[in-house]
Amino acid sequence: MEQALSQHAEPVASGPYAIEVERVCFSYEKTEVLKEVSFRLKQGEFLGIIGPNGGGKTTLVRLMLGLLRPDRGTIRILGMEPNAASRRVGYVPQSMDLSRAFPISVMEVALMGRLSRSGIGKRYTREDRKKARQALEKVGMWEHRHKHIGKLSGGQKQRVFIARALATDPELLFLDEPTASVDPEFQGSLYDILEELNKQVTIVVITHDIGVVSSYMKSIACVNKHFIFHEGSQITQEMIDIAYQCPVDLIAHGLPHRVLHSHEGE
Amino acid sequence: MWDALQLEFMRNAVTAGLLVSLICGVLGTLVVVNRIVFISGGIAHAAYGGIGVALYFGVSPALGATVFSVVISMVMGVASIKSKERADTIIGVVWALGMALGIIFTELTPGYNVDLMSYLFGSILSVPGSDIWYMLSLNLVVLLFVFYFYKELVAMSYDEEFSFVVGIPVRALYFVLLGLISLSVVMIIRVVGLILVIALLTIPPFIAEKYTGSLGKMMVLASLLSMVFTLAGLWVSYQFNLASGATIIMVAGVGFFLSLAIDAVAARRRPR
Repeated sequence: MEQALSQHAEPVASGPYAIEVERVCFSYEKTEVLKEVSFRLKQGEFLGIIGPNGGGKTTLVRLMLGLLRPDRGTIRILGMEPNAASRRVGYVPQSMDLSRAFPISVMEVALMGRLSRSGIGKRYTREDRKKARQALEKVGMWEHRHKHIGKLSGGQKQRVFIARALATDPELLFLDEPTASVDPEFQGSLYDILEELNKQVTIVVITHDIGVVSSYMKSIACVNKHFIFHEGSQITQEMIDIAYQCPVDLIAHGLPHRVLHSHEGE
Repeated sequence: MWDALQLEFMRNAVTAGLLVSLICGVLGTLVVVNRIVFISGGIAHAAYGGIGVALYFGVSPALGATVFSVVISMVMGVASIKSKERADTIIGVVWALGMALGIIFTELTPGYNVDLMSYLFGSILSVPGSDIWYMLSLNLVVLLFVFYFYKELVAMSYDEEFSFVVGIPVRALYFVLLGLISLSVVMIIRVVGLILVIALLTIPPFIAEKYTGSLGKMMVLASLLSMVFTLAGLWVSYQFNLASGATIIMVAGVGFFLSLAIDAVAARRRPR
């Protein structure tokens, strides 16, 4: 069986892989955040990344986006350097501590997603506006397009940032805790949107919501300095141990299916 | 006032005031939303070093200030990127060093230079015609830059990280912006002096931000407000024979507190 992700160093063959990370190490100052991270993610995947706070999830995503450079190791995104691939990648950042006072409308923020497609120094085209409109409609924010972004609630704002990423028309989409400040009602519909989008787009989501991981995602990885991958959407005891470093009971509250293997004799 | 406009120096003062207001509204908006007020203050004050050195070597102080402030702005730009956590300290140090250098070199220059006060507090009433041409061309350059890179500047100012990810050359734009700020600061020094530059660069955009929905509109409103403050200040200083630079800033300050008061009243009414 072909492995979607492999932990072993193999000759780099770009093409079918959306992400290739090889023996990447990264530290902030003297604190080691990621150690010897290696994996490959096939195109068309839907990967959920879980792990404790401070475990390096966001750092890993920032490395793959080219916002940070690894101390050692190599990263290839769609077969290219992360910075070169950035035009084909969409991104929904984690914390939205952007200025509330900044005078910018919902539509203008969504249009920012088109920046990688439109040339520098050019105005947004009709095509750009159409794409931004479609993206806003998808997340249910089109009617608010003229509103000042600072006047929106946290959840509404998050929807706009998701629309901005969708407007990019990405081949690979990163989302860093996209449902952190979103109302529960939108949470489900967001993952429905992503599931639909996943037919054409490779998606990587950082999340705390283990329930969501198992019901929507094709594979799961756990990051806590090390990177542990599990193909298929089941969370292993190994991941839980590494992620939370203490025994955790996973109880499936009315989830579509079990998260953990059944214990023998249960 | 209309009689006064018959005088050439008064006409120059009004023209200079309008040109400086335009640039203050446009660049000041970018200064405020990018939170580079402190760097801009540093550039303005460190420019004094350039003035001192130029006086000592007998070169035009404006030229000295220009070269010096452009170099300083690049140093501060690098510091703000390389050492994010201590950037404000480094900028503060360079700010003070620039001024100290200026003071020492002016002292070393034989004879007391009266002109010096005009750099500290501005002298809009003695702006020569040649300066007007410099201001006009700088306005043109700044407006072209902002017009051409408008959507990139909006994106960069709102969300620098996202802009970087989608491939906008944020670093390059940032340094060009700093360069333009330093060139403009030298020009604004002419009108209100280097100590007061920050007020004119930040008060109008601060007020404008609250009443506008886009960066472009904010620039327009900030420019208009700046024009009102500058011309009103000029008129008051002429009527009561006060220092023009300081009076302009006082008028802007009144506008600043007036806008805060209006906000407070509006906020009290809203919850009902």
